[in-house]
Amino acid sequence: MSTNIMIVGVGGQGTLLTSRILGGIAIEKGYDVKLSEVHGMAQRGGSVVTFVRYGECVREPIVEEGQADVLIAFERLEAARYHHFLKPGGVMIVNDIVIEPITVISGQATYPTDVLGSLEGKYKIVKVDANKIAAEVGNQRVFNTVVLGVAARHMDVEKEIWLKVIEATVPPKTVEINKKAFLTGLGE
Amino acid sequence: MKKLLLGNEAIARGAYEAGVKVSAAYPGTPSTEISETIAKYNEVYAEWAPNEKVAAEVAIGASISGVRSMCCMKHVGLNVAADPLFTCSYTGVGGGLVAVVADDPGLYSSQNEQDTRLIGRAAMIPVIEPSDSAEAKEYMKRAFELSEKYDTPIILRTTTRLSHSQGVVELEYRTEVEDKPYEKRIDKYVMMPGMAKKRHLYVEDRLKRMAADLSKDPLNRIEYGDRKVGFITSGIAYQYVKEAMPEASVLKLGLLNPLPDDIIREFAENVETIYVFEELEPLVEEHVRAMGINVIGKEIFTRQGEYSANLLRKAVLGKSDAEPPMAGLPARPPVLCPGCPHRSVFSVMKKLKLHVIGDIGCYTLGAVAPISVIETTICMGSSISTLHGVEKAKGKDYIKNWVCVIGDSTFLHTGVNSLINSAYNGSTGTVVILDNRTTGMTGHQEHAATGKNLKGEPAPAIDLTELCHAIGVKRVTTVNSFDREELAEVLKKETQTEELSVVICKAPCALLKGQVFPNKVFVDGEKCIGCGACITCGCPALSKDGKKAKVNPEMCNGCGLCASFCKFGALEKREVVKK
Repeated sequence: MSTNIMIVGVGGQGTLLTSRILGGIAIEKGYDVKLSEVHGMAQRGGSVVTFVRYGECVREPIVEEGQADVLIAFERLEAARYHHFLKPGGVMIVNDIVIEPITVISGQATYPTDVLGSLEGKYKIVKVDANKIAAEVGNQRVFNTVVLGVAARHMDVEKEIWLKVIEATVPPKTVEINKKAFLTGLGE
Repeated sequence: MKKLLLGNEAIARGAYEAGVKVSAAYPGTPSTEISETIAKYNEVYAEWAPNEKVAAEVAIGASISGVRSMCCMKHVGLNVAADPLFTCSYTGVGGGLVAVVADDPGLYSSQNEQDTRLIGRAAMIPVIEPSDSAEAKEYMKRAFELSEKYDTPIILRTTTRLSHSQGVVELEYRTEVEDKPYEKRIDKYVMMPGMAKKRHLYVEDRLKRMAADLSKDPLNRIEYGDRKVGFITSGIAYQYVKEAMPEASVLKLGLLNPLPDDIIREFAENVETIYVFEELEPLVEEHVRAMGINVIGKEIFTRQGEYSANLLRKAVLGKSDAEPPMAGLPARPPVLCPGCPHRSVFSVMKKLKLHVIGDIGCYTLGAVAPISVIETTICMGSSISTLHGVEKAKGKDYIKNWVCVIGDSTFLHTGVNSLINSAYNGSTGTVVILDNRTTGMTGHQEHAATGKNLKGEPAPAIDLTELCHAIGVKRVTTVNSFDREELAEVLKKETQTEELSVVICKAPCALLKGQVFPNKVFVDGEKCIGCGACITCGCPALSKDGKKAKVNPEMCNGCGLCASFCKFGALEKREVVKK
């Protein structure tokens, strides 16, 4: 059995960094782990997906439909787009902000209202405005670490391990603010 | 020490541990990180070459001189490098030589879905394929040994999913390998007909020997389970088999060319129903069928896109119980970034109603709405020669509202040859070089005109204007990409002038580090009538909030392009950071 985590968002939002922190956590816990990332053209403002799987022995590096224990979404529409990757009753952590895709901006499509409404009850949905919280912490860019802190409430990993891995993974100059962002997300 | 490594990082690590001394490459997703990783090792000379052919030849030279060397490329880069590699197959090597080639099933960042294993077969170059990061490192080391043992270049094939997945890898020390003494051997290294005929015989014999010797090599292994159902598979597809049907028997192939018949036959004798599970083309399947063995393959598994465990479950077990995706959600395709200079150039071309022949780079995104300017994209460097072809077919008047666009890095890759052709053969077209001072789409690699090399050291920078002059282009103009008025004037004039011209649109990529963007655009709600004209510039930082334009201040880089679209002066660029 493996724990399957999926991180979705908009290219440029830092899904890679978050998945690498989660990968570091798995290594610290002594698990086998695989991560799958997106590079290249898809990163340019498009919908991006990264996967983290850890457990005794991990085979495929991707998480498939109906298999995710936790879905971390950095944007509301992206949470909806990938909801079906969650297991029934899985945890969906949503950074409840709107970034309009170019198809909406240019009038080819409309951004759906209450897009997560129909999913209530199917999953454990936790919404957070991490951009706002990150701004209060001191830098809006660390919103993804705030989201990770919220996700950590639903994962069985000691706080000290989280902080150790964050310190080892984020750029040295941003260690303190990232730790602060994480702890705020964690609710401390 | 155990470490999480990308497949690409593991490949680089394997090469390092194997004592590689020279590495050359041109960036290309999904292969780029191999070179970026190997460049960090002081013991290895690593460079960005202008294209994959040059990179392969650099590696061949290093190999002939007696050291272990490598070149890296994406699948379509192998087409560019095919000429030297096909003949290097005949010459064989001095020091071990490995060409790492990354395929892109699913086209995450490519223009086609070609299968490198087929090219390996055509070139009679052995192909090996790992299935995770740990194997990627191990197989890379093995590739150098095999290269030297069998006197052949080796292709190590990877795919996007393998290259861009991280897995646990045990790091080991580097083994310094003694250089082989250089030998002057024209029978081996001068491929004139007389010598090449003999080497061709050698190559055929080599493949036969490898197929026989390596059948029982650890590269290929049988994992017996349920003998009623078995899979022949390789690479990342092996992981999907183990995930979906862990109880099935598996023949995992690490050697994909030449295919090891003995172990295939043994597997077939011991397993009732055999599936061949391989992404892209039915290379293994056709070979196994030709051996007279019945298998199930492409009649149930697609030739297109990436595989997964779910794909296998659905095709073999008929299982499909997953929840469907939510219908009707707006797509989120990739877009040019806020502040991207290409957008500014495209807005001018759109206004002038020009036909635009495109090339490979971020600017390919100029083909889709709302920019909708680019009309063709074929391959690296193709734009200039394509425009030349249109002119030679239809005449010089026909192309007076046509231009081609090509990035600075792509121009130096293979566009420069095309410009030579256009100058030599009397083209009158207008070539626009989108010079953003970097290789943008693959993540900002240096090139021969940036002034730095792969290791980040200062390097001579080609002056593109002087280069064009030297080729014989007399009309070369440089314009700031954001100066739309001047650019419009220049393009109008150059497209009408019956002489070959180059327009260099210069402005750095908005994502290049070290830049300060002092401005942001603000909306004056009084003046904005909500007409949406600004939106048509296609910037993701802009949207409409109810009836008024809205700028996302987090995304806006203050280029002010949107403001130039507004007739009412409702958008204003203002300095927010003191320089």
